Amino acid sequence: MASGARAIGAVAVLLVAAPLAAVAFRAGGLSLSPADWAALRFTLWQAALSALISVALAVPVARALARRRFPGRSALITLMGAPFLLPVIVAVMGLLALFGRGGAVNAALSALGLPALSIYGLQGVLIAHVFLNLPLATRMILQGWLAIPAERFRLAESLSFTPAQTFRHLERPMLAEVLPGALATVFALCLTSFAVALILGGGPRATTLELAIYQAVRFDFDLAHAAGLALVQVLVGGAAALAAWAAARQAGFGAGLDREIPLTAPAGWRLGADALALGLAALFLLAPMAAVVIKGAPGLMDLPAQVWPALARSVLVALASVLLTLGAALGLALGAARGLRWLDIAAALPLATSGLVLGTGLFLLVHPLAPPTSLALPVTVMVNALLALPFAFRLLAPEALALKADYGRLADSLDLRGPARLRLLILPRLARPLGFAAGLVAALSMGDLGVIALFAGEQQATLPLVIQRLTAAYRMEAAAGASLLLVTASLALFWIMDRRGRHAAA
Amino acid sequence: MLRLDGIELMQGDFRLTADWQAARGAKLALIGPSGAGKSSLLSAIAGFFPPVAGRVLWDGQDIGQLPPGARPLTILFQDQNLFPHLTVAQNAAMGLRPDLRLTAGQRAEVDRALARVGLGGLGDRKPAQLSGGQIGRAALARALLRARPLLLLDEPFAALGPALKTDMLDLVAEVTDETGATLLMVTHDPADARRIADQTVLVADGIAHPPAPTEALFADPPPALRHYLGS
Repeated sequence: MASGARAIGAVAVLLVAAPLAAVAFRAGGLSLSPADWAALRFTLWQAALSALISVALAVPVARALARRRFPGRSALITLMGAPFLLPVIVAVMGLLALFGRGGAVNAALSALGLPALSIYGLQGVLIAHVFLNLPLATRMILQGWLAIPAERFRLAESLSFTPAQTFRHLERPMLAEVLPGALATVFALCLTSFAVALILGGGPRATTLELAIYQAVRFDFDLAHAAGLALVQVLVGGAAALAAWAAARQAGFGAGLDREIPLTAPAGWRLGADALALGLAALFLLAPMAAVVIKGAPGLMDLPAQVWPALARSVLVALASVLLTLGAALGLALGAARGLRWLDIAAALPLATSGLVLGTGLFLLVHPLAPPTSLALPVTVMVNALLALPFAFRLLAPEALALKADYGRLADSLDLRGPARLRLLILPRLARPLGFAAGLVAALSMGDLGVIALFAGEQQATLPLVIQRLTAAYRMEAAAGASLLLVTASLALFWIMDRRGRHAAA
Repeated sequence: MLRLDGIELMQGDFRLTADWQAARGAKLALIGPSGAGKSSLLSAIAGFFPPVAGRVLWDGQDIGQLPPGARPLTILFQDQNLFPHLTVAQNAAMGLRPDLRLTAGQRAEVDRALARVGLGGLGDRKPAQLSGGQIGRAALARALLRARPLLLLDEPFAALGPALKTDMLDLVAEVTDETGATLLMVTHDPADARRIADQTVLVADGIAHPPAPTEALFADPPPALRHYLGS
């Protein structure tokens, strides 16, 4: 079993290293044009602002969730996990419906006699990134709050701490520990954001590196330029992603954020402030999702013909990615549990890249051999599987370690080995995290709009790409209908897989 | 015959030596203070704790290179002796075939073993539906089916009440008498040793002493044992 894990680790490293080597070789150095510098500056600037705003807003929301008990609280916490499963393009469609030119927000602004807000450019990118990352930041910070032992709060109460003193002695030290990880995580995620920039950004003032790579490949067919940009992206994004991975100890999307003994929460204006924070956060998160449903439902009956084969391709790509990712993540997790520490790094390595970077590298490797469009779907499967690997690994690794600690010696003493060990011990005991990880990988793959945009022609488009093309052609009703279809299919896949895992574990 | 030939265990500050043998069919209790290395010695014999020196021999064969599952022994741990997601019958059947691909004859054998330990008709239950004593019985049924010549008990019944523990020890004595197995049993209770062990190994001060007749040992305890017993 250990040799299998080593082989998987080696393949995972190779699949990341080979495209990066192709990029580095083709780039032939780092020479950036003024436009490239602008893209680099914009990438860093928007990621920094996105991280700051997301985390600053997440702190009051997390505090309110930590110290208040109210009906719907657990539903709200579940909602905080939803954007992980929501395809980015669907989120953007919802935000467009809400903040776009004819949207509710601008209608309200003009009724008040205020100038209209544009969803395009920097502010649009920021709105989308905060929408996508506020929940993640909230969950990370909430875990920090819940990690403070209840006894400490009771001690504070018995000493008649004022809220300010509680903050100073209990909450500020916790935040000092948790916030850097949350900031780094959101920053790293926003550095590699492609779909948001593709739809809401663009132009000389709002182009990210990822978008510039895409344009260099698709519009200019300047592969050396694309490779140079990809190299910059790897150097910047890779460092940030690995730093965030190290800084953020918890994953942030785990289940069960509850504590038996509720804390005594301060009353007075602080109750009102907490209610306001929660109300605004829920509104900000729910309204775009509601807009997707409201705008999409009429179009659902009259979807363009290319939507259905695209849906089938998306589902197939997702299922293939799930198989690859789970097989690899399970093998790596079991190997890591046996003490092969380097497998931790092998599993985290894809974080240092991005869909567009891997895509560019693979494009460079593939295109002398075969027309890239002919390999669009296999390449997408592989890249999706690789990019989901760190998340699946992080879900499985602690469970594999616990399994070995609890039953490893018993299984060894009974000579339970090989396929029988997999069938009778590992799969049944890990069914629950495997099901959850499968659902997560499926949803991530379903929503992916990255490498497929580099490779696909008309015949290979997945559903997110079709939605993007419909949007670009201003067929907004069809795009809204397809978005609703996509999010429904993604959530259905997640639900089925997660449920199967729970069911098998029960 | 089990022979520990110059065994030396080391881990951090912990150090233990053992150099003795036990005849086939002997019943040995290992007694001594916590942390002295009783469990570690059992782990070493079972293949979970490689000694830094010495050999473990069974009937003259060095078994030190064999993986745990291939050694001529069955071990019961302090806890986690059953897989909670498998039924009692499946857990017991692991003693026959770990992959559970049983013939009809083997299934009947599993039923007989369960009946022998007093679990007749409970084969379809999951461990969570069993009492602590029944869990011990199921593990013993698996040991019966595994039919290895050496049985190692690392205090699997420590969490049971006194009456239940006595029942289990009597069952162990019956099973080992029937199968002729050699028994090595860790305990911290002299009464356990006196009940079923004809010989006792004192594990103290970094040494697992050679087995001595149990009654004689307790009648005239050496200083280390006297210190442990507090008398």
